[in-house]
Amino acid sequence: MTTKEIRSPLPGTFYRRPSPEEPPFIEDGGPVAEGTVVGLVEVMKTFHEVKADASGTNARYLIENEQPVTAGDVILEVDG
Amino acid sequence: MGLSGKTLFIANRGEIAVRVNRAAKSLGMRVVQACSEADRDMLAARLADQCVEIGPPQAAKSYLDIERVTAAAKDSGADCVHPGYGFLSENAEFAAAVESAGLVFIGPSPETIRRMGDKVEARAAAKEAGVPTAPGSEGRLEDLDAAVAAIEHIGLPVMIKAAAGGGGRGIRVAHTIEDLRRLIPQAQAEAKAAFGDGGLYLEYMVENARHIEVQVLGDGQRAVHVFERDCSLQRRRQKVWEEAPAIGLSDASRKRICAASVAMAEAVGYRGAGTLEYLYDGTRDEFYFLEMNTRIQVEHPVSEMVSGIDLVEAMIRICMGEPLWFDQDDVTLNGHAIEVRVNAEDPANGFMPFPGVVSGLDVPNGSGLRFDTMLYDGYAIPPFYDSLLGKLIVHGSDRTDALRRLDAALRTTRIGGLKTTLPLYQALLADGDVAAGRTHTQFLEHWLDANPIAAD
Repeated sequence: MTTKEIRSPLPGTFYRRPSPEEPPFIEDGGPVAEGTVVGLVEVMKTFHEVKADASGTNARYLIENEQPVTAGDVILEVDG
Repeated sequence: MGLSGKTLFIANRGEIAVRVNRAAKSLGMRVVQACSEADRDMLAARLADQCVEIGPPQAAKSYLDIERVTAAAKDSGADCVHPGYGFLSENAEFAAAVESAGLVFIGPSPETIRRMGDKVEARAAAKEAGVPTAPGSEGRLEDLDAAVAAIEHIGLPVMIKAAAGGGGRGIRVAHTIEDLRRLIPQAQAEAKAAFGDGGLYLEYMVENARHIEVQVLGDGQRAVHVFERDCSLQRRRQKVWEEAPAIGLSDASRKRICAASVAMAEAVGYRGAGTLEYLYDGTRDEFYFLEMNTRIQVEHPVSEMVSGIDLVEAMIRICMGEPLWFDQDDVTLNGHAIEVRVNAEDPANGFMPFPGVVSGLDVPNGSGLRFDTMLYDGYAIPPFYDSLLGKLIVHGSDRTDALRRLDAALRTTRIGGLKTTLPLYQALLADGDVAAGRTHTQFLEHWLDANPIAAD
């Protein structure tokens, strides 16, 4: 088993949830399938989806909700 | 002038903070600049006498934090606060907080901001002052039945707007009663979520309308206009290209709409720089009031170029207590000015934002040319704020001359390290309709569908 990293392709503000009232895109400790939306990055007032480029289990967010990210930051780790 | 030695606090960032800094410095004032953690290196911070950090990069936790910004201004020993545009510039609560802290707010009174910010109240004030308004619902609509009934005297198509909205956000268009039945509940829910107020109103939609707005300056008693601007070239309801004066407007129509705007500014006791926005129906030569913006606008330089009046200096002097020092007859219209907004967006890729590091900045200089910007070589554009990098402004003896100067300026402007919207303007300049001024608020989006910008 290895740890796979899902990175932000863009700099900006990271959001774990589609909107403040909704649950996070990915459940802590849950599975992630390749191609699933795992978060949003707000860049210059526009929102962009971050999609998983790997599948795995036991997902862990490494970036807090509404925190700044730079391009290449690891957003999520999964076991796979 | 008694402003020398006074301190002005800039509660904004980007190019407008640089612009306000220059105006304050030319008045002999000391400048304190607010900046978020992401903005320590911005140009306005470098130009200021002092910088005060007001929080994390996200605007909601810094530039939009009323308590924090007000406390920072007060603690810095400032005499006044300039809010720029966007952020807290049209927030009545902020203006009131600044006043309560014993500082001068460079803008109108909190009451005027509140009144003009409520679109239903603003429309009523416009009607009262004799400003032309589009046929629409009287007051706010609370339900669908009231909306359907209102259509009988308004006609179709109509725009459904949020009473608390503005800047084109959340507007829906209904072409039929069925559209109305479907869209009113959506609009209500969205307005409630976005603004905490589900109040709606309807307005007749003028098709192929132009966006014309009138610049005013008031001292609370007396007001003057500084002519009009044409901002019809818009993408997603955001202006990208602005001109002064409006193309092909007759002197009689210009006089009429400018006089009506002054009447409204005086009726509401307007203080500072403000703008009355209208839709213009060219075929009927009719204006319809949209809203009044109670702040300096992004596109103010075109009015400065054709009038020779420094609007930012003027608003500071007025709000610091100086009565208007000139009459309407002293404001004259000279030539034609055009501004294009240079955004960090890739026009060849759906206007995708493109934050990056500026390298090889080469901006043309010369008479009739101005570049208001926050850029410098080596600056890393933060991704947390809007994409406006600067504004290229040209002034010519007439529109043809201004277009020629814009073309020359665009050919020699280089902004390396980023994708910008400069190629869009080169393509627009080559278009016959743009050259002839045959545009309207829907023009650019259709034009972009037919004329995609090639990747460079």
